[in-house]
Amino acid sequence: MNYLIRRLVTFPLVMFGVSVLVFVAIRLVPGDSITAMLGTEAGLLTPEQRQSLAVYFGLDQGWFSQYWRWIGGVFSGNLGVSVTYGKPVLTVILERFPLTLELAVLAMLIALGVGLPLGVFAATRNEKRSDLAVRIFAMIGQSTPSFVIGLLIIYVLSAGFGILPSMGEFVPFSQDPLGNLSQLILPAMTLGLSFTASVTRISRSAVLDVLGDDYVRTARSKGAPKARVIWRHALPNALIPVVTLSGVEFGYLLGGAVLVEQIFALPGLGRLVLDAILQRDYALVQGSVLFVALNFMVVNLLVDLTYVLLDPRIRLGGRS
Amino acid sequence: MTKLLSVSGLKVGFGRGDQMRAVVHGVDFELDAGETLAIVGESGSGKSVTALSINRLVDYGGGRILDGRMDFLTAGGEVIDLARASDRRMEKIRGGEIGMIFQEPMTSLNPVLTIGEQIAEAFKLQRGLSGSAARAATLEALDRVRIPDAARRLKYYPHQLSGGMLQRVMIAMALATNPRLLIADEPTTALDVSVQAQIMALLAELRRETGTGLIFITHDMGLVAGIADRVMVMQAGEVVEQGPLDRILDRPEHPYTRHLLKAVPHFSGGRHVRRDHHRTDKTATSPTLTVEGMTVRFPATAGLLRRSIGAIHAVENVDFDVIPGETLAIVGESGSGKSTTARALLGLVKPHRGTFAVVDERTGNRRKPVQMVFQNPYASLNPRLDVESLLAEPVRASGERVDDAVRARMARLLERVGLPVDSIRRYAHEFSGGQRQRLCIARALMVNPAVLVLDEAVSALDVSVQAKVLDLLIDLQNEMKLAYLFVSHDMAVVERIAHRVAVLYAGRIVEIGAAEAVLSSPQHAYTRRLIAAVPTMERRREIFKLDTADIPTLLRPPGYEPAQTLWRTCGDDHQVRIEVDDREEQSHAAAHRQ
Repeated sequence: MNYLIRRLVTFPLVMFGVSVLVFVAIRLVPGDSITAMLGTEAGLLTPEQRQSLAVYFGLDQGWFSQYWRWIGGVFSGNLGVSVTYGKPVLTVILERFPLTLELAVLAMLIALGVGLPLGVFAATRNEKRSDLAVRIFAMIGQSTPSFVIGLLIIYVLSAGFGILPSMGEFVPFSQDPLGNLSQLILPAMTLGLSFTASVTRISRSAVLDVLGDDYVRTARSKGAPKARVIWRHALPNALIPVVTLSGVEFGYLLGGAVLVEQIFALPGLGRLVLDAILQRDYALVQGSVLFVALNFMVVNLLVDLTYVLLDPRIRLGGRS
Repeated sequence: MTKLLSVSGLKVGFGRGDQMRAVVHGVDFELDAGETLAIVGESGSGKSVTALSINRLVDYGGGRILDGRMDFLTAGGEVIDLARASDRRMEKIRGGEIGMIFQEPMTSLNPVLTIGEQIAEAFKLQRGLSGSAARAATLEALDRVRIPDAARRLKYYPHQLSGGMLQRVMIAMALATNPRLLIADEPTTALDVSVQAQIMALLAELRRETGTGLIFITHDMGLVAGIADRVMVMQAGEVVEQGPLDRILDRPEHPYTRHLLKAVPHFSGGRHVRRDHHRTDKTATSPTLTVEGMTVRFPATAGLLRRSIGAIHAVENVDFDVIPGETLAIVGESGSGKSTTARALLGLVKPHRGTFAVVDERTGNRRKPVQMVFQNPYASLNPRLDVESLLAEPVRASGERVDDAVRARMARLLERVGLPVDSIRRYAHEFSGGQRQRLCIARALMVNPAVLVLDEAVSALDVSVQAKVLDLLIDLQNEMKLAYLFVSHDMAVVERIAHRVAVLYAGRIVEIGAAEAVLSSPQHAYTRRLIAAVPTMERRREIFKLDTADIPTLLRPPGYEPAQTLWRTCGDDHQVRIEVDDREEQSHAAAHRQ
């Protein structure tokens, strides 16, 4: 328990670091948000108009006071107003987030549902032909860029089976679960493939490691059948690296998947951040990066919590 | 009557196809119910592979039975050939009819399951018990191996128990379903001597209670003498000799058996200590190493804020000195503080209090280096450095340049420790364990130290290699007048190399003096217990008493200072610590007299 509380203490510190970093980084990018917002028409602004816009968005002040204003707002739940959308940043983010979250969850379900059994299977067939096949699949899955996979999936399904991915306006899960899933299943598979490949590789090597451990030999000496040796004795000990990897990948996915969102025309967090950077929408960039960082830390905390559940040595500490 | 197990022409190999390498070349032996067979040999002799072949666990380590029969008489009265039994059949036989105990109890239990769950699994698999029936059976199994407070211990995870307790759990698990055959593969090698004695006593007692046949694999002839009915000696995958215990020990026929028996350091209770060096007159030679009041404490914390709750008193007020050409052995069990003492002398841990001084009588130089040789020669040589770089390391560390004189010294030392001079360009993995330890010794001697700290320096080596390395150490000591601080848990090795012995218990010296005096007439209760636990060839089939006392905790509250140590002198060079209750008795006695 202490272990988790200690992790929680570092939470605000990391968030502070991230906020400073993103605040400074976006301002180091050449260009300003007013020019980016109005495009060539920005040239038509009189210096007074430009000035009044800058005052409106708070851009006339020094970095320090801008930062303090922003961070003060953050504490009261106000992430500022997006220049591009003319809406509160938080509202914009929360509109996009459910899609990203759903995509990430689906991709992870695919990865764990397919990758874990595949990895365990390959480990038990070590160096045999089926193991080789799994390893080749994993290698391809990990090294092929997601846009290639996405396009391939669309191509194969439409040309080979006449199935077209449902494009068009995004339907939230709450309104039409089936329509929503049929929209998301292909992008989820696209995202899930490389995730699956990583999970396969790491679970294969983790289980392989553990199968050589002494307690596995002990389990066999007790007469435990093969399946029990693997699922009861080997796998629980091999899960920690799998959980670590899944946490990191899931955290990345929560930050949005720009390429896949682009290919399947989905309004996710990835494209939001990209557009915000291109538009020099300072408040939106800052807000969404902070949001993504928070997600990442929550995921990390969940990963730590899972360690605690998986391994009594972490749960109970040393000898009592 | 049919034998319980009769093995004939057993051949086992590893690898596949052309890569197949046979490691056991035709082993024959028989075992009766209730009989104990000891399989003895050094590493690579094929003894463990033979054992793992019997319950076919060798299949999972990449091994294959190439030829031979292993006829096993099952409880049902049926004879089956284990070499050809199906995997399915073997699952019933493993655990059900053949139990097994392994060398490393710390790693042989699943870290994420409680010991209760792991023992219950044996009942579940072999007898189909579950729920409260399995729990009751598990409790009974723990009681049978004399684990105190069994009901509470059921919920413990392996990392919460000591090595000795874990080995009891392993035994409980192996015996859970009353197997007709128990295979014990070096079951006590990883344990302290007194714990070893406990486990051996337990095995002997359980064997009497249950009538189980036992195959006991070991490299330790002393243990063989304590438990075996028959002995089989293996070398390089072949059986060189087998027969009844007394015949093998008293009239060995094969040269290898004789060699093995000779090489094994027999502990003889202080009768065969070194007599090449006497601490006759203390004033004649000033000590090379003087340690005074050495105290090492590690802070202990608890809770969220790491509040100090006191300190682990790892080493408490230790005094000793070592004169040139003398070996002081520090003996004790895990947690006694012997390695911490050694590390403090090298500056690897910072003493809380106390001083030590090293004076080189050869030059009068006060700052002569102390060098160390570690236990595991496989882990203490950097695999990426060749021998020249390894030997140059301490020279560089002491701020000197590697010049021709240093290179000449390298060649001389390599030759002196018995390694070919052309080793200089080779890497550690090209040497055997014994050669590596010689390399470590050469490395330690590169800077011409006055004191050599040997931390379990021969424990990881095979007995015959061990004997040679000990001989080398003794020769080097006599030549160079080196002072040795020899840290060991192995009393037989200590008897062979020590002039003086210091016994450490719970961080304190409880007895110190001439090796002969301490080993032959131990005065402190702990020393007596330690020496009684050493298996010897003389005490054949002696039954030890079971004892479940724990080592006292070393955690003390903040500000705790131990009482002044009082010593009792028992001879010329033999001192014993007076324990508090002794002191009370004495003061009582004094009160009575008044």
